[in-house]
Amino acid sequence: MGWLEDRLEESVLTTTLERAINWARESSLWPMTFGLACCAIEMMATGAPRYDIDRFGAGAFRATPRQADLMIVAGTVNFKMADRVRRLYNQMPDPKFVIAMGACTCGGGPYYKYGYNVVKGVDLVVPVDVYVPGCPPRPEALLEGLLRVQDKVRAMKNLTRGQPLELPVPKRTGQVLLPPELSDADPVKALEKQNAWAAQNKEQAKPTKA
Amino acid sequence: MNASEIVAMLESRFGTRLLDRQLTAPDPFVVVGATHLVEVMRFLRDEPSLRFELLHDISGVDYLEPDPKKAATAGFTPHLEVVYHLQSFTHRHRFTVKVLLPRWRDDQPGSLPELPSLTGLWGSANWHEREVFDLLGIVFVGHPDLRRILLAEDWVGHPLRKDYEFPLEYHGIRAR
Repeated sequence: MGWLEDRLEESVLTTTLERAINWARESSLWPMTFGLACCAIEMMATGAPRYDIDRFGAGAFRATPRQADLMIVAGTVNFKMADRVRRLYNQMPDPKFVIAMGACTCGGGPYYKYGYNVVKGVDLVVPVDVYVPGCPPRPEALLEGLLRVQDKVRAMKNLTRGQPLELPVPKRTGQVLLPPELSDADPVKALEKQNAWAAQNKEQAKPTKA
Repeated sequence: MNASEIVAMLESRFGTRLLDRQLTAPDPFVVVGATHLVEVMRFLRDEPSLRFELLHDISGVDYLEPDPKKAATAGFTPHLEVVYHLQSFTHRHRFTVKVLLPRWRDDQPGSLPELPSLTGLWGSANWHEREVFDLLGIVFVGHPDLRRILLAEDWVGHPLRKDYEFPLEYHGIRAR
């Protein structure tokens, strides 16, 4: 710490307030219990003694979003759940972080093509900080993801820069702004329009016969 | 009691109301018309020598080949099937009943086919019928609470139909 170093007695550490706060923050990231499918088993294994996520201060799985800093979305998110995921995310206090755990939450996974009811990546619903791929990821992978979140916390500069806490706006909101010829107040009519449009696209993409 | 005896019993009771029978299949079955379904099922449940106390499962099948090139050689005409799997604890035998339905009522696309509900006979039929309604769009007439069971309440369409088109978006989330 520059000129301050060695001028104080031993066992006194000097640091910046920002680093101290970030250190405290990264060392007690409380995740929310958010197991949706098979990835939840690996998440539980990560919390169990063999892998022991508590070593990194993230072992206190909270059952309420209001006490949690970190949302580990572990498992397939379907459209019925997507509304709830977004709602729970909105209930978490700032600063908040999201880990997308597993192939399904990263981008639809095995349900990408034929999963009529699966969200093609949880980043369409909430902003994601760290993606942990795998089907399901091993506990080590999840721990690695947690460490990357801690890196992110360590780099936060909310105090010295004087900037307000950045509101996490997702890069890909997933909000679809459909043109008027594809949208309608009546969902059934809108779906008919969209299907007609999709069918027309399919028709156009067909190779012409030689 | 084995399958051929059950079929013989049904034949003596219902005669021509049994539309079809198949004894060589791994699960021997009979086919009945939608109008006689409740009658036949009540007989299967209440007849002392049959006593099918348990309705294992109701499954719906959509027979449709969406590819027009393959449709000619598919070996079936487009229709829906509802399959009922029954088991008896007292006599330790199983049986299967099938019902054939048109894909749309009166061949009007959009109007769902109808079938009498079996909730009056077996309580377990309640959720099974809701699931078949949810995913295949078969209306069970007389069901006490026919709502979607798996998908969201405001979902449009019935996804396990072969000609189902995936939605572009749902509640502002891109879906394909």
